[in-house]
Amino acid sequence: MDTARVDQLKKIANGVRKDIVTQVYSASSGHPGGSLSIADVLTYLYFEKMNVKADDPKWEDRDRFVLSKGHASPALYAVLAAKGFFPKEELVKFRNIESFLQGHPDMKHTPGVDMSSGSLGMGISAACGMALGAKHQGKAYRVYSILGDGEIAEGQVWEAAMFSAHYKLDNLCVFVDRNGLQIDGETKKVMNSDPLDEKFAAFGWNVQVINGHDFDQIDKAIANAEACKGKPSVIIMDTVKGKGVSFMENNAGWHGAAPNAEQYAQAMADLAAND
Amino acid sequence: MADKIATREAYGAALAEFGAKYENLVVLDADLAGATKTGVFAKAFPERFFDCGIAEGDMVTVAAGLSTTGLIPFASSFAMFLAGRAFEQIRNSVGYPHLNVKLGATHGGITVGEDGATHQCLEDFALMRTIPGMTVICPCDAVETRAAVEAAILHDGPVYLRFGRAATPVLFNKENYEFKLGKGIEIADGDDAAIIACGVMVDVALSARELLKSEGINARVIDMHTIKPIDEELVLKCAKETGAIVTAEEHNVIGGLGEAVCGVLSEKLPTPVLRVGTEDTFGRSGKVAPLMEMYGLTPQNIAEKVKAAIALKK
Repeated sequence: MDTARVDQLKKIANGVRKDIVTQVYSASSGHPGGSLSIADVLTYLYFEKMNVKADDPKWEDRDRFVLSKGHASPALYAVLAAKGFFPKEELVKFRNIESFLQGHPDMKHTPGVDMSSGSLGMGISAACGMALGAKHQGKAYRVYSILGDGEIAEGQVWEAAMFSAHYKLDNLCVFVDRNGLQIDGETKKVMNSDPLDEKFAAFGWNVQVINGHDFDQIDKAIANAEACKGKPSVIIMDTVKGKGVSFMENNAGWHGAAPNAEQYAQAMADLAAND
Repeated sequence: MADKIATREAYGAALAEFGAKYENLVVLDADLAGATKTGVFAKAFPERFFDCGIAEGDMVTVAAGLSTTGLIPFASSFAMFLAGRAFEQIRNSVGYPHLNVKLGATHGGITVGEDGATHQCLEDFALMRTIPGMTVICPCDAVETRAAVEAAILHDGPVYLRFGRAATPVLFNKENYEFKLGKGIEIADGDDAAIIACGVMVDVALSARELLKSEGINARVIDMHTIKPIDEELVLKCAKETGAIVTAEEHNVIGGLGEAVCGVLSEKLPTPVLRVGTEDTFGRSGKVAPLMEMYGLTPQNIAEKVKAAIALKK
């Protein structure tokens, strides 16, 4: 990728990270760690790749995105607001009883959300349905979804993995946010999913493993996925949970916790240093 | 009246018939197309049929995804594995976003027969009724099934349809039958009591009415094909005009049609209601007729309950 464009995307992603932290701080609840780890890929998808219209969120030919790891909603909301699907001022109302920004994505009330999600393992199946619907109707749009590496333990993920390979859903591109941590601790200790690449390969997928914070690698991997015909693609992204906030990085304790005022100031200072 | 057709047979035939009329209709199954009769649709429209393998949870959420692209998916399996195993997928990926997914559940109730308790779903009405926005239908014969399938296609939102395995009498005439979602049908008149039934129990209720008639008791019979939303107006009318209600369903007495009727009457017009259904128990293997007998799904039991309900009138 053009280095100037990479710099632009980095800047947008850093803004997304600030908005993630602000949302969780405003709500005094939410999931910052796994939101920060997907800020880069979501920024890439919405600002570089996906064919969407902020002023026509239900446009039938749009590319679709399903946040299978729905608890990372602050990342999705931050990107959608940055893209203009709804005013950025809404973000501070995250999880508020009067807000449309639910704890987990709600397609009925949030412009730009293509599928309600939050119960783990289901999003990938919904993405399969969208991809199948596109093929069935001869539509060219593509479908993207992000899974958590803890979410991989859900049996439904593998039902969907079989389904999408069986129906040759090459218009489906799934990311696994492999940050290595889940609520109860290290994914390797809670329920080891290694070797994840070999598992997906055995299920008939086109598999790539990249650094999920490197825009060049994201760019190349998605191009590879688009070029791959006859099978779905998975991009396993090695990421850092809490990426960009010093005290949240690689700390499972920040999976579902909100910063206090002091921690919020520190987090925003950390991120400002990246501007 | 002599014809006997299983409602699952009528379901498969209806899908194939309406497949021609509604081009955005697609059908999914979980390796039971031969039994659920979605195979009839698959044969007619192979490019619009998707077997999902034995993975009901995935099937339901795939259907949810398909519905967001403008298609009308019918996802089918046995009631136990659709309403039961895939309950949370139905609740979270279909019900919560109120997607236009139709759930065609066959092999509901004890009349599954020889396969036994693991396959005899007696809890699906209860499970489905608790999901906000879900429509729950259990047709009583082949004619009603056909009409219910089309009503489900035309209704924008999730619909759960329950069909039976066993061949049952055809009660209605296709030429003059009209199905209205949420509107029960008075199938036989009477003013001493009203039997509100659904599915296979409508025919059993009609037999009970004959038994009662010989004892000088006139029981009304209601075919309450839509369990949710329940036809409040008709339930209240029956209560006002007869003062004694018996419900009859091939389902646990907990959570189904009986409790839906009780819910209406306890809040709006307290009236004696006795419920016929399985008495909070699992089924077992056996032939259909002796199973119905063993679990009290008989004309005799309904007739006894009607007399008891009448005795409770003030």
